[in-house]
Amino acid sequence: MRLTGAQIVIEALKHEGVEVIFGIPGGAIIDIYDALYDSGIKHILAHHEQGAAHMADGYARATGRVGVCFATSGPGATNLTTGIANAYMDSIPIVAITGQVPTHLIGKDAFQEADTTGITAPITKHNYLVKDVNELGKTIKEAFYIARTGRPGPVLIDIPKNVQTATADFDYSSIEIDIRGYKPSITGHIRQIKEAARLINESKRPCILAGGGVIISGASEELFRLSTKANIPVATTFMGIGSFPQDHPLSLKSAGMHGNYAANYALMECDLLIAIGCRFSDRTTGRVDKFANKAKKIHIDIDPAEINKNVIVDVPIVGDAKTILKTLIEYVQEKKEEEWLSYIKELKESHPLTYSDGTTIKPQLVIEKVFEVAPDNTIIVTEVGQNQIWSALFYIHTKPRHFISSGGLGTMGFGFPASIGAKVGRPDALVVDIAGDGSFLMNIQELTTVVENNIPVKVVVINNRALGMVRQWQELFYKKRYSATILKEVNFAKVANAFGVKGIRVTEKEALVPALKSAFEYPGPAVVDVVVEQEENVIPMVPPGAPIDQIIGGK
Amino acid sequence: MRHTIAVLVENKSGVLARVSNLFRRRGYNIESITVGKSEREGIARITLEVDGDELVIEQVTKQLNKLIDVIKVSDITHDEMIERELMLIKVSADASTRSEILQIVDIFRASVVDVSPKALVIEITGDRDKLEAFEALLRPFGIKEIACTGKVAMVRHPKEIK
Repeated sequence: MRLTGAQIVIEALKHEGVEVIFGIPGGAIIDIYDALYDSGIKHILAHHEQGAAHMADGYARATGRVGVCFATSGPGATNLTTGIANAYMDSIPIVAITGQVPTHLIGKDAFQEADTTGITAPITKHNYLVKDVNELGKTIKEAFYIARTGRPGPVLIDIPKNVQTATADFDYSSIEIDIRGYKPSITGHIRQIKEAARLINESKRPCILAGGGVIISGASEELFRLSTKANIPVATTFMGIGSFPQDHPLSLKSAGMHGNYAANYALMECDLLIAIGCRFSDRTTGRVDKFANKAKKIHIDIDPAEINKNVIVDVPIVGDAKTILKTLIEYVQEKKEEEWLSYIKELKESHPLTYSDGTTIKPQLVIEKVFEVAPDNTIIVTEVGQNQIWSALFYIHTKPRHFISSGGLGTMGFGFPASIGAKVGRPDALVVDIAGDGSFLMNIQELTTVVENNIPVKVVVINNRALGMVRQWQELFYKKRYSATILKEVNFAKVANAFGVKGIRVTEKEALVPALKSAFEYPGPAVVDVVVEQEENVIPMVPPGAPIDQIIGGK
Repeated sequence: MRHTIAVLVENKSGVLARVSNLFRRRGYNIESITVGKSEREGIARITLEVDGDELVIEQVTKQLNKLIDVIKVSDITHDEMIERELMLIKVSADASTRSEILQIVDIFRASVVDVSPKALVIEITGDRDKLEAFEALLRPFGIKEIACTGKVAMVRHPKEIK
């Protein structure tokens, strides 16, 4: 079949099973949009390319499928970059397709020209500039393969305008993928797996640290079986939240800078650490040379470069978490280390999460009430900052892919567009973006998107009139010199109304639950603007650079 | 410690930029980098010299391996290998010094590739020690220009980097 490059793009996406594209058209991608017009693939028009990338990202996190976004050349592509970097840091599979100026103008500083592949090389798993239409089909197939396999990540394809209009033969199903430089290991070395099992069987104080890799790999069930078979407590990284049910007695919840006491102490006190699908980020380990320094360490990860990158481990196992855990469970004996488990139980009981309630609305209360009101099938998406950590701590997360947050890059403005992507991918779920006023303002233009496409996401704004996390650091470490962190109060209910979105403003405690209920039951998109205590801090907190058992605040 | 790493890559535009950017981005110290063809069509061979301890080198090789266009990475530092660099030196030479320089050239098995009334251009290959010794001996005559390739290396038979 003879097709134009633009038609090849759309046909290839259909073959990949793409049901929705998030993007914004422009001069250099107009031909692809023309081919999209009557293709039957749904398109969600974003109102800033960063939003489009986050939507594709949120879609991928919620569904496990590859998210796709489009942008034009130059500013379209550069606006995508924050979203691409965000997906890269959290290993999220997205394919970004950008238009480029015609090949004969590349390098001439043409109108809306930017070196898109040069700019995105360090923030993509791989990228392509397609100069020959005959390479286009193969490139797209490779891009999807690379994005979703191994350690997933974003892949960008930059397509010059004249490649979109040139024609080539197209037969997608006959294209074979054989990338000699890319052969991810999956199964893990059996000798290493047996050695890990031996250490687990011998350990007296084992502890699991489950990361985002468990969720990506779909290994939650295997994690649960391993943990319950040998009675191993499970702490998660921030990205691992949802990989293990937090209401289970073996759950220590999340660890790290704003982790739970029990999780942090268990990691520091264990004699064997079983890290699964995590990269030992500085936010998880705190002072790295003190991290879990009484423990032998097993590290299961699909990316060989994560082994010994931040933490030196004793037994590395490179491969897919689900595949490896299945084998590992076979070799692990049933056991119950009573002394360790009673220590864990006591840790959890003596250090519950607390906050002092008052006359004003506390942010923690908002999260607790969201949890109370939200049905079981709710996806919580967050912005970045205090709202994010409170959502992690005060909501009980029990399922993978139901807590979506920007972990690695910490991108303010992520949550709202990501929640749009999540809702598009999971129309059956209630999707709630828990936002801060600072973060929400960074991609608030997407309120138009939810109206245009009638996407019924719910935004709960923790409105503290501050860039709260930075303000908290200034309070704790900079003598309350609130440099550029106190914001003008915005009435987000009115803002929502102006866009045509239902808006409810909450200033009294009694109004909170009715407002949440009314918003969640409303069939369309809604914003609940909750005016909260301004100077509330995220506690517990480990000061930056300290070991994770040096916790300030609270009990 | 200085390591010599042989890297086979897809011979595509932008590959060298990906490799060198990786070093900049991760803060690894690159001492020299050379790139040229390999024995196979479509595959280029990069020789890298990198400073770092074992952990750094482990990361360097793993991060290189993560690049999709990188096919194989081999740290050949501890292998028996042959390493060569090529240097072109333009040195001042007139009638009074020419024969003395030619004697040094002869001893080092270098060769004169251009002669003019006031200068010689000499080509020399060898390992770095040899090149440095040669350069030191010519310095008193007045070195006008040096161009150097950086190192290429190959492991002795029977081991092969494929």
